[in-house]
Amino acid sequence: MKTNAMQRPDFAAIANWVKPGARILDLGCGDGSLLRYLNEQRGGIGYGVEIDDEGILASARNGVNVIQGDLERGLSGFADGSFDYVILSQTLQAVRSSERVIREMLRVGREGIVTFPNFGYWRNRLHVILGKMPMSDNLPYRWFDTPNIHLCTITDFEDFCRGHGVRILERIVMRDGSAVDFLPNLLGSLAVYRFERA
Amino acid sequence: MDGTADKHSVGIVAPQTARFDEPLRLKSGAGIGGYELVFETYGSLNADRSNAVLVCHALNASHHVAGRYAGDPDNVGWWDNMIGPGKPLDTNRFCVIGVNNLGGCFGSTGPQSINPATGRAWGADFPVVTVEDWVDAQARLADHLGISRFAAVMGGSLGAMQALSWTIQYPERIGHALVIACAPNLSAQNIAFNEVARQAIITDPDFHEGHYYEHNTKPARGLRVARMVGHITYLSDDEMASKFGRQLRHGKLNYSFDAEFEIESYLRHQSHKFSDYFDANTYLRITKALDYFDPAAGHGGNLTLALEPATAGFLVVSFTTDWRFSPERSREIIKALLDNRRDVTYAEIDAPHGHDAFLLDDPRYHRLVAAYYDRIGMEAGV
Repeated sequence: MKTNAMQRPDFAAIANWVKPGARILDLGCGDGSLLRYLNEQRGGIGYGVEIDDEGILASARNGVNVIQGDLERGLSGFADGSFDYVILSQTLQAVRSSERVIREMLRVGREGIVTFPNFGYWRNRLHVILGKMPMSDNLPYRWFDTPNIHLCTITDFEDFCRGHGVRILERIVMRDGSAVDFLPNLLGSLAVYRFERA
Repeated sequence: MDGTADKHSVGIVAPQTARFDEPLRLKSGAGIGGYELVFETYGSLNADRSNAVLVCHALNASHHVAGRYAGDPDNVGWWDNMIGPGKPLDTNRFCVIGVNNLGGCFGSTGPQSINPATGRAWGADFPVVTVEDWVDAQARLADHLGISRFAAVMGGSLGAMQALSWTIQYPERIGHALVIACAPNLSAQNIAFNEVARQAIITDPDFHEGHYYEHNTKPARGLRVARMVGHITYLSDDEMASKFGRQLRHGKLNYSFDAEFEIESYLRHQSHKFSDYFDANTYLRITKALDYFDPAAGHGGNLTLALEPATAGFLVVSFTTDWRFSPERSREIIKALLDNRRDVTYAEIDAPHGHDAFLLDDPRYHRLVAAYYDRIGMEAGV
């Protein structure tokens, strides 16, 4: 299970984008703390999808709606356009079929929101130059126990969107909880995007 | 451990009987003039009566959900691991009610009761009752107990169908539904198993067209076969393999039709026990209630429309090895609840035990139920 700190830096950015009363689906919702936060900040109705037993239990304890399932197997239980936002928070880098997940997000939701650790962040680059796999607050795993199999940089993700009919609506790049506007792919450690079908 | 030593047991309990004189119109069009329901309660109702939980039973169970009887300490309630002080459904917070359904054989009016019109046992003449009829009768019991709204209605298997039906029939009278190991209707395969069970009973020479009480006999052989068939469907292949495998009772083949494999012996033993305490006419009716349950049928097969009236919050739980009511069937319910934007928590417990897992003590399952009841308790102010 993803263990969410009470309020991760991307939570506030996401809450700012989400319209009050919106219908939200959070894929890989972990302990449900983002849904709980959005519910407190924005109201509306949200559901989480989570594969892990402990995540289901923690989400139930957090008082949010949660459905146990494997998002890699598609979102067949969810009707087309049934959500205003489908969120994939710090999970994109850990899914096997990234293309399919993004496609499903935009089938089920009007807009998608993803956040991911930016592999292009200079500290990560430095680790690699020094001959080591990066480890940091955003990438806390060692190479042999990491669930992250599809790490990417900001440039990679934007190339992907262009090639897959995805229109980016908004982007925030962050480091230590603050926005980074200058050289984001080098100086930002966390990327947050809002997008729709092009 | 005896009932007094287990601080998590509700301890010694006793059934009560409620009498209803107002006729009950049944879904079949038939009616029943007056009837009695046997029930048990554990824990106490709070001042504003907001903490009542109804627990519905499945095919072979009864109102005896938790605790023990003074004169029969081995007769432990069928969901005793779930209900009691400090258990997932905590009787320190909630007032829990178990009821034997109409048509049952544990004291509520059923085929063994006297038909006032004839002065003899109802037998085959006892009407066919449905899940919806049971829920109507349960609602009257709630009236009788002064409960206008249940904090939750809970059940597994056929009991879960009753909880689901509560949300449709009496949406204003139920806060939450705990729907465990359920299906929105029976598949052809499910109905087929029920039909084998019924044929075993009906073709038993001792069945006497359902009037066997008058012949001082009962179709015990048929009921045993019926129970065997049912029992097989409650267990997973893996569970049977690990429990029995191909173990022989006497270590060698005897080339006979005695119970040679342990699984044969187990089924025979279980079904004998069952035929001693269960009534065949009740068994026939309960399998019919299962077959008929299909809330979507009145809405062109659309479960989303069927669940539109429901306003309750839902906890839905399925078990990965349950091939009788598989997780796919629970996901149909989830889909309909999502379409209606209902509050729902859904868990698929990876347990090896098949359908019967809902009765067993799996910590992931029990912790989740406990967490969900904690939420219900906070809402109910207990």
